[in-house]
Amino acid sequence: MRKHLSFAVLLAAFALVVAACGDDDAATTTAAPTTAATTTTAATTTSAGETTTTAPAVVVPDFCLEIPGAAEAVADGTGVTVGLTFDLLGRGDQSFNDAAACGADWARFYFGVGINEITPTDEAARATDLQLQAENSPIVIGNGFSFEAAFPAVCENNPDVNFAITDTSMLNFGATPPAPYCDNARGMVFAEHEGSYLVGVAAALKSETGKIGFIGGVSGIGLIEKFEAGFIAGAKSINPDIEVVSEYVSAFPDFAGFASPDRGKEIALAMYGEGADVVYAAAGLTGSGMFAGAKEYSEANDVHVWGIGVDSDQYLTVGEELQPYVLTSMIKRVDVAVFYAIYDHLTGNFTAGPSTYDLAAGGVGYSTSGGFIDDITDQIDAAIAQIVSGEVVVPTDPTTIP
Amino acid sequence: MSLGRRIVMALAAPVLAIGFAVLLSSIVLVISGSDPFQAYKDMIGNATRLEIVVDMLNRGTPLFISGIAAAIGFRMNLFNIGVEGQYQLAAFFAAVVGAHIFLPSVLHVAAIVLVAMVVGAAWSGLAGWLKVRRGINEVIATIMLNAIALSGILAWLTVEWRDGPLTPNSGTKRIAESGWLPDLNSWLEVFTREITGGRELSAVLLFAIVAGIVYHVFLNRTRAGYDLRVSGYNAGAARAGGVRSDRMIITAMIYSGAMAGLVGLVDILSRYHRFDADFFSGLGFAGIAVALIGRNKAFGMAIGALLFAFMDVSSPILQITKSATREIVTILQGTILLASVVAYAAVSRYRQRDEARVAAALLAEKGVA
Repeated sequence: MRKHLSFAVLLAAFALVVAACGDDDAATTTAAPTTAATTTTAATTTSAGETTTTAPAVVVPDFCLEIPGAAEAVADGTGVTVGLTFDLLGRGDQSFNDAAACGADWARFYFGVGINEITPTDEAARATDLQLQAENSPIVIGNGFSFEAAFPAVCENNPDVNFAITDTSMLNFGATPPAPYCDNARGMVFAEHEGSYLVGVAAALKSETGKIGFIGGVSGIGLIEKFEAGFIAGAKSINPDIEVVSEYVSAFPDFAGFASPDRGKEIALAMYGEGADVVYAAAGLTGSGMFAGAKEYSEANDVHVWGIGVDSDQYLTVGEELQPYVLTSMIKRVDVAVFYAIYDHLTGNFTAGPSTYDLAAGGVGYSTSGGFIDDITDQIDAAIAQIVSGEVVVPTDPTTIP
Repeated sequence: MSLGRRIVMALAAPVLAIGFAVLLSSIVLVISGSDPFQAYKDMIGNATRLEIVVDMLNRGTPLFISGIAAAIGFRMNLFNIGVEGQYQLAAFFAAVVGAHIFLPSVLHVAAIVLVAMVVGAAWSGLAGWLKVRRGINEVIATIMLNAIALSGILAWLTVEWRDGPLTPNSGTKRIAESGWLPDLNSWLEVFTREITGGRELSAVLLFAIVAGIVYHVFLNRTRAGYDLRVSGYNAGAARAGGVRSDRMIITAMIYSGAMAGLVGLVDILSRYHRFDADFFSGLGFAGIAVALIGRNKAFGMAIGALLFAFMDVSSPILQITKSATREIVTILQGTILLASVVAYAAVSRYRQRDEARVAAALLAEKGVA
């Protein structure tokens, strides 16, 4: 018993330490870029209305992209608190959550809103966290499809609060025809397959070996498969014979694949080792491991292999030493969706139901930071024109691609 | 030992543990630039709200049951790490079966509970069987079975048996209303005001209370429980006393797994009525911590589970009031776990030395030495 007990204690203590460290790393890596790019002074309301503090300055992190049309958007958000609810990794994932944070940070910058940030501790905390947000904020953002199960009950119970959730349409597919769950909830979905098509084009044009790789975070949920399908279709539109190796880090319902930079690095190193010279990771924080792998492989073998980022412009989030390996990023404008959800709330124009952010609407795109793809932007822009005109329909299911 | 001394001894460990944990946490809070008094004030102010009490009980319920499942193994000297896989697999099949049968309400719920317990028991019993027949250590077996259950069976079947189109939040078919457990709000509201915010106190709490009582009575008042405890204390002596150890191992694993089957029922019977991406995972490992804090005693584990639940519900309020970072909650939980283990070890060592001293004094008095 004694032996087992002490083993258990060690195990538990170790697990806790590891968990704490993991969070810490994420926090420190992003603390650096938070140097003020744009500052202004404003009073922000925090908490349940009890404690009102005057923040010294509104800071929008350096890596945040400009929001199209934000300068013309006028609204007064003084005294309004936004309940920004992140997915499990929270602010600092260098990708999906940071993009949402950027949207809210810009809203604070332009409109003077306050932000109540909550990152759930686990799946079961989602519903209670949303409820707590709804009790303290008139507009609540849920970042990620994982909030979908919790939302219908919460938006029904809080009819005076506006809810906006990313990556799900908030449609009840159980009804025929599918109908919105609530008349105060907006579902913001993105055409990730169209954005991925563009970076697929870039990958095929830049690949010298005729072999490229795709790292997916979590399979089986039908979301990351969209990225894969678009990427493969884009690459094959340039080079029909190109070989694409795909690997997923974990399978639904195990969501560790979005938070495993170590596995991302391993898989990337294996792909580079097999001859792939461009790898695209649609895997949240896991993708940062891919860039580390690209650097390591390039230096060890005296070659230059590439990684492609996702969601945010990862050239701006990875840190200086990895920047030379970020070919481009598939940008998903979660920030735009979040920013305008807040804007619409403030101006009284909040609409419920699904809203789609596709290529035509500027909801997805690609980044040119670093200048590595400046020579091929013509071809990528041609692909954009084809998709927007409807000439090319990008598949969402990789199994349908011949 | 006098009665007063005995009471002091019994209280010493928990009081020491809490004091130590608070001290250590305060140091961490100060180092991280937060005001510990403000943080504690926010946590307690939040947790005394009726709504948050409901949240806390809903979170504590599965933690407590998971603690019992782990403790049954511990008592028998078996380290069942497999509660994680057992309860998720059990909840999945309970949700699937529950959605495809139609029975009057009490029977419907009973059938779902039965399926959950049987699946949990079978998966855990498999590890017991492997240990007895093939000599595979249950730690290895349960870790492997976790992987097979979570990354294998569940990953495959949740997609294969999903209801409707493949969406990011695919889940199994929703259970018909006859298979839902009514909430206990009206019971609680007898003593309090109305519960707001659509919060529902899950009736699985009653299951947990019954489970705690059954666990206590079984271990301390029945022959089988005695056999199990004795096998845990001294397997050799138990064997000499006529206890068949191989059978005891399988039995203990089956009991542990059946209990694990109940862990996921808050989601299935009360919250979402289906198995989906939002299913509460990680409870199996948290249960090990609860069993450690509670010293495998039903009452102790109830306190441990509530303490952990208290920490969990404190996380969002600390983030909103910005009185501490969210990582602090994880650190607090770790500190409490560590503090309680250290305090119990220290007190039990002190008690042994104290008893030895008293015995020596008695002997000296009688002039034997």
